[in-house]
Amino acid sequence: MAMIEFKNVSKWYGKFQVLKDCTTNVEKGEVIVVCGPSGSGKSTLIKCVNGLEPFQQGELMVNGQSVGSKETNLPKLRAKIGMVFQNFELFPHMSVIANLNLAQVKVLGRSEAEATEKSRALLTRVGLIDHAPKFPGQLSGGQQQRVAIARALAMDPIAMLFDEPTSALDPEMINEVLDVMVELAQEGMTMMVVTHEMGFARKVANRVIFMDRGEIVDDASKDDFFGTTRSERVQLFLSKILHH
Amino acid sequence: MDFSFLSEPAFSGGGTYFDWVLTGIKWTMLVSLCAWVIAFTVGSVLGILRTTNVIWLRGPATAYVELFRNIPLLVHMFIWYFVMPEMVPKALGTWMKTGMPMPEFWSAVFALGFYTASRVAEQVRSGIQSIPRGQTNAALATGLTMPQVYRHVLLPMGYRIVVPPLTSEFLTIFKNSSVALTIGVLELTAQARTISEYTFRTFEIFTLATVVYVVITLAVVVLMQYVETRIRVPGYIGTGR
Ligand SMILES: Nc1ncnc2c1ncn2[C@@H]1O[C@H](COP(=O)(O)OP(=O)(O)O)[C@@H](O)[C@H]1O
Ligand SMILES: [Mg+2]
Repeated sequence: MAMIEFKNVSKWYGKFQVLKDCTTNVEKGEVIVVCGPSGSGKSTLIKCVNGLEPFQQGELMVNGQSVGSKETNLPKLRAKIGMVFQNFELFPHMSVIANLNLAQVKVLGRSEAEATEKSRALLTRVGLIDHAPKFPGQLSGGQQQRVAIARALAMDPIAMLFDEPTSALDPEMINEVLDVMVELAQEGMTMMVVTHEMGFARKVANRVIFMDRGEIVDDASKDDFFGTTRSERVQLFLSKILHH
Repeated sequence: MDFSFLSEPAFSGGGTYFDWVLTGIKWTMLVSLCAWVIAFTVGSVLGILRTTNVIWLRGPATAYVELFRNIPLLVHMFIWYFVMPEMVPKALGTWMKTGMPMPEFWSAVFALGFYTASRVAEQVRSGIQSIPRGQTNAALATGLTMPQVYRHVLLPMGYRIVVPPLTSEFLTIFKNSSVALTIGVLELTAQARTISEYTFRTFEIFTLATVVYVVITLAVVVLMQYVETRIRVPGYIGTGR
């Protein structure tokens, strides 16, 4: 059974179709990179996985549960799926450690002490333990994004979703975030990553999905994707993003 | 200006005119603070309801706000004082007219409180809605339920954002409390008017009243500045990204 399984998922905003018949799957331990032009539906696709975006047609199974089904307890499902956003989305009024503790205490029911222990271990892991009492506004973008990754990991997720985690970062901070992600991938985390960092894809991706206008137009193993057989559209796109 | 009349025995009541001023200050404070309690609690609930996507919660809250903020405050006063006793069940109406203690006071408190609530509701709503959607998504993604997202993410930031406009509302309530004189509450402006009628010291007494209003307002400003520094988020600069 795949960890994440899209079966002909379609979604509309009014008359505008954002997702067209999307079918793909992510096996346990796989790293899938999703790329494609801006507005092609990558964020929408990945947000469907944890039910942040509802869809109108098709089926989406996550860890054996149907995301679109009324019976599914979405908060419970979401607690098992970590998500990292382009704009970090740390809670600005809470210290770094409180950001990591919040859902552990409120959702998993851990005690404040247990949560803090877990949080401190994760902050150590992403190299930010010294910043635990600080507030998000006092950290650099790269540091905030590493905190955001730690916050997601604190829930002991079975899979992680990343929506352009390095797009809002200054170039010199991209690698500190990618390093954490590469490490996660190598440890066997199931990951679905929207990114244009082809270096990351080359290093750890199992497959690369290419989206255009709401459609999955290419879903290939890494070697095929970067090989010679890719479609014209993908080639054009790659040449554009690899130039800068 | 000669303020010596303040220590003269007043026309009635046994005290001096200064005692009348003190009574006026007392009622101004009581009406304003009681009305603020209503305005803040009711306004918060309404403002929060207006941000939910549950139509049967949002709809009535929107209707309330549009109705209450578009009726002049003076009309609110008259409705609570003159009309309400006729609208409620007969026994309650009779009690409101004859048995209820301080009917002018409570009418003024309800009128000012429920009117200002509609304005507070708009501030609270705009504060919550100014928080980027990504914050809600991030909170939901960790498994929090929507009420928990409000409790731990949206409200703490939303209220911080609206402290300045809420300060304005709080200041306005002291000034608006003077409208209560129209239904017979002997608050500061009413007392000043009466004193001027008895002593013809119109200029002095209204100067004094003005100074008192300014002192109250400054006290509120200082208090709210203290609140603002207490809740300031280190390193946080607005909601802009
Ligand atoms: N709330 C919305 N209402 C209407 N259209 C939307 C909404 N959100 C996104 N879209 C549209 O859906 C398309 C896909 O958006 P998105 O998934 O964010 O693309 P990507 O992440 O690939 O840049 C875009 O054309 C965007 O304008
Ligand atoms: Mg996007």
